[in-house]
Amino acid sequence: MLYRESGQFKTNYKQDSAIFPILQDRIAIMFYLAVAFIVIPIFGSNFFIDSMMIPFLIFTLAAIGLNILTGYTGQISLGSGAFMGVGAYSAYKLVTIFPDTNVILLIVLSGFFAAGIGMIFGLPSLRIKGFYLVVTTLAAQFFLEWAFIRIPWLYNYNDSGAIEVPRREVMNVIVTGPEASSVTRYLIVLSIVVVMTWIASNLIHGRIGRSWMMIRDMDIAAELIGVRPLYAKISAFAVSSFYCGVAGAMMVFLWLGAAEVESFDSNQSFLLLFMVIIGGLGSLVGSYLGAAFIWMLPVVLRALPKLFGLDINTATVEHINFMIIGALIVFFLIIEPNGMARMWSMLKQKLRVWPFPY
Amino acid sequence: MDLLYQIFIAPFIDMVSTPDFLLQVLWEGFVTGTLYSLIALGFVLIFKASGVFNFAQGIMVVFSALTLVGLYQAGVPAYLALILTIGVMALLAISVERLVLRHMVNQSELILFMVTIGLSYFLIGLGQFIFGGETKSMITEQLGLPTGSTEFEPFGGILILQHIDIAAVVIAGILVAGLAFFFSKTRIGRALRAVADDHQAALSVGISLNQIWAIVWFAAGIVALATGIMWGARSDVSFALQIVALKALPVLILGGFTSIPGAIVGGLIIGFGEKLFEVYWGGLLGGGVEGWFAYVIALIFLMFRPQGLFGDKIIERV
Amino acid sequence: MFMKLATGTVALALAATLQMAPLSAAETLNVPSLTYRTGPFAGAGIPIANGFSDYLTMLNERDGGIGGLKIVNPECETGYNSQKGVECYEATKGDGALVYNPYSTGITLQLIPKAPVDKIPVLSMGYGLSATAVGEKFPWGFNYPATYWSQMSSILKYIDSKDGGIKGKKIGFIYLDVGYGKEPIPLLDALSKSMGFTVAKFPVGVKEMQSQSSHWLKVRKEKPDWMIMWGFGAMNATAIKEAAKIKYPLDHFIGNWWAGANADLDPVGEVGKGYIAANMSGNGTDFPAIQDVLKFVVDKGLSQVKDRSEVGKVLYNRGVLNAVVVAEGIRLAQKISGKAAITGSDMRDGLEAMDISAARWKELGFEGFTAPIKSTCKDHAGGGSIFLQQWNGSSWERISDLIPPMTDIVRPMLLAAADKYVADKPDWQTQACE
Repeated sequence: MLYRESGQFKTNYKQDSAIFPILQDRIAIMFYLAVAFIVIPIFGSNFFIDSMMIPFLIFTLAAIGLNILTGYTGQISLGSGAFMGVGAYSAYKLVTIFPDTNVILLIVLSGFFAAGIGMIFGLPSLRIKGFYLVVTTLAAQFFLEWAFIRIPWLYNYNDSGAIEVPRREVMNVIVTGPEASSVTRYLIVLSIVVVMTWIASNLIHGRIGRSWMMIRDMDIAAELIGVRPLYAKISAFAVSSFYCGVAGAMMVFLWLGAAEVESFDSNQSFLLLFMVIIGGLGSLVGSYLGAAFIWMLPVVLRALPKLFGLDINTATVEHINFMIIGALIVFFLIIEPNGMARMWSMLKQKLRVWPFPY
Repeated sequence: MDLLYQIFIAPFIDMVSTPDFLLQVLWEGFVTGTLYSLIALGFVLIFKASGVFNFAQGIMVVFSALTLVGLYQAGVPAYLALILTIGVMALLAISVERLVLRHMVNQSELILFMVTIGLSYFLIGLGQFIFGGETKSMITEQLGLPTGSTEFEPFGGILILQHIDIAAVVIAGILVAGLAFFFSKTRIGRALRAVADDHQAALSVGISLNQIWAIVWFAAGIVALATGIMWGARSDVSFALQIVALKALPVLILGGFTSIPGAIVGGLIIGFGEKLFEVYWGGLLGGGVEGWFAYVIALIFLMFRPQGLFGDKIIERV
Repeated sequence: MFMKLATGTVALALAATLQMAPLSAAETLNVPSLTYRTGPFAGAGIPIANGFSDYLTMLNERDGGIGGLKIVNPECETGYNSQKGVECYEATKGDGALVYNPYSTGITLQLIPKAPVDKIPVLSMGYGLSATAVGEKFPWGFNYPATYWSQMSSILKYIDSKDGGIKGKKIGFIYLDVGYGKEPIPLLDALSKSMGFTVAKFPVGVKEMQSQSSHWLKVRKEKPDWMIMWGFGAMNATAIKEAAKIKYPLDHFIGNWWAGANADLDPVGEVGKGYIAANMSGNGTDFPAIQDVLKFVVDKGLSQVKDRSEVGKVLYNRGVLNAVVVAEGIRLAQKISGKAAITGSDMRDGLEAMDISAARWKELGFEGFTAPIKSTCKDHAGGGSIFLQQWNGSSWERISDLIPPMTDIVRPMLLAAADKYVADKPDWQTQACE
């Protein structure tokens, strides 16, 4: 009823190729942003912001990164957790080496280090693909995990081997460290994620994004019409690792406050892949939906039995969580390989033509 | 100079000066390699017949071992538990075929691969849900497997061979021989190879794809069970084993995805290589290099021979 | 259909969030547990969590709680994962949490900087950051009865008393390669110089816990006179098996108090005979208070233990010990603040005033269970004595008296470490002690 495009005419190509061609969509985006930037900081409880929103946004960013590589360029990767780690450790080094520089800037800069490492491990993709590439990304994962433990320079020769976030201020507001308020950290994370989503959207709809998708859909044809696989693939690895790296740096600096290697282990890589699969391969909205789903599911599962007055032991909940995630992945891949994002757009399509079936 | 000495000379002096120790390292490498080969064998079986790269193979190893121990702890006699576990693996094979594979015909290989990742998560949850998350010890003696060890004294040193390791090697040998016989001499085996060659053609001569898939998954389940028992006897049964099972991936790269001899040779190369490298060179890098050595070897190998040592299918070059 | 499912999920998620809103916690004593009943360390996490919650339940059942208030003990599952630990902390701290017992050095490290901000003390009983023993620098952290460092010094003392002293010997140190395992290395390095022994280190990555054959090959190559292990979970049993495999003399192989549980040795059985481990809590059920736990909790079916025989095992009793200390801290906090419904700050004062003498242990129904614990403003690590126990093939036998640590060496090192920790934190909250 409300969601309908009658009366909205496109009078030039620019309008026609807009990302949100429908007025209601643009209003909805404005609404979401308003909720995220104004309503949640004012009304959200600390728990909600700290344990739901911040991790959700950070994982979204990492999922976007992986989606660029897996969803848009068709290169499956099981090393995204380690690339988050590269971001985190380089941010830690940068922040301790340059204590007076704006910490937010350093967090974003750390993405470039992740991009560099990502490009190196992306090189084999020029020769191989498919499962073979899975093995090389796993090699990256395990090698980097090892490096995070065995190169003590990375954690400043700390006895514990963990990186701890020092307190830093930006314009007299405490941004990192345990004293930083949830709302401050939330707003920074949100801003970075929104800006980087916007950049990703432009990249994907632009020349470089099209070349990624051509490589994904048919690499030989892409090469024939002039896409250079070298540039396309390496740039996908670089951009993807950049996003993962920034997400990893934010994870440590703006969410956890300290981290060890295990935060970046292969389980993290799997979870990111699940977010992308369940959310929808090759969809930015899907990255948001997938991250929200994978992140919220355990929280909901923990709370559900209590709602019904049941007392299920925490271990059982964890096991059920595993089973549900596993089953859902199989389910989604069978029924709707394009994930939740596809369901979302189907719903919008249905609304658009309502009450007619099509 | 000193570093070069450390890398190129010192380890070899070590090897020559304590030959008994070198033999021990090689034996450990051989046993570990055999177990890697067994896991890789499970992958190859399924990949050959259905083109599915079964990521869950490693989890099936743990799951089957856990089922066996869990049943035993629930009061089932050891041998009966073994038979029941084989039954469970058969059931698993049939349900995977019915509920998953049947719906995935004609999907791309990557989608199939991701399905098996989902499957492995499901099995992790299910296994712990039923049998609990704590580490369990394998019922080695109850199954009639030897414990104890034999000592030799070559070159005036000492070489200790665990009986369970010898048993592992023998059982692996029997399994491989059995599978080879099954593939080349039986009717089902020939059907299996036909499916591996060409799905369409196999279908048109009246081979039931669904049936074949269930059989392969079952065979892979049996291999997983054997691996689980052996590995469980060496350490313990818990889901921490799944990381070890992932080592089968580099083994496959080395050996090729479709070759049974490849899986065996690849497993042995990785087994020998990582033990030698860890023991003689690992110290230079701070130790713990075993975790990634196999993967890096695979990565380098991929650059030169992407189809693997014995792989018959030329990989799609980009 | 799918959309309904999706909407339903979202609605549930929202409902769940609302549910999470802090329940009014004024009239209970909230002691959250960060448990790991799943994951690679579940074998250790389950008995600890059971012992901890069973003792608190026993206090509720027998005494109606502490000071007339019931204790609530919500559990949150971490799987021994630091990241999940922080989530759990954030999720549970709002409900008036009094104290956190993370049971993971990784999680402890993450909570230490948060404690002063949220005003909730962290009690890492015999684990965590050794430097928290320095009360001036860590007002909110407690790690009595002993730190990893003092424990290591006690073990070295024991070795020094055997086989004609430690001088000139080679000590092999095999450890789990995470924050926990690396923690005692600075002390080991320092003592190797002053006591005149050499150290060979064998790190075991979490991924290699169950395939240690190359680590033990290296041990065989290095031929250390003694082996010390800082292991945990599935690592322990594998290590002992591998040690037996290379014919390493097990009575020269000493584990710390996380490498000496029944769960570690039961799978090894006869093979592990002779293996030595440190301990700080008594074994068995021959203590009146543990009998009460059996009577009021386990026999009534209020416990999560699967079998009555699990009570009294090493890690179960460790959990009980932790709960006793927490309960005593609550009592002291109530006494100091003069009110029953205490806060995290009160609890901190209570923990700092901790003083359980041998007589008090007897009063609590734990005669001979462990050494006296006494905390002061300066010293948050208490007495710090440990004893050693030896595996006889089916159970543990105590083989030593309480071994006090080398305080004169450990304390200055703790001070230096605390200074180092605080050095790059200009606004770190410290306290003055006279």
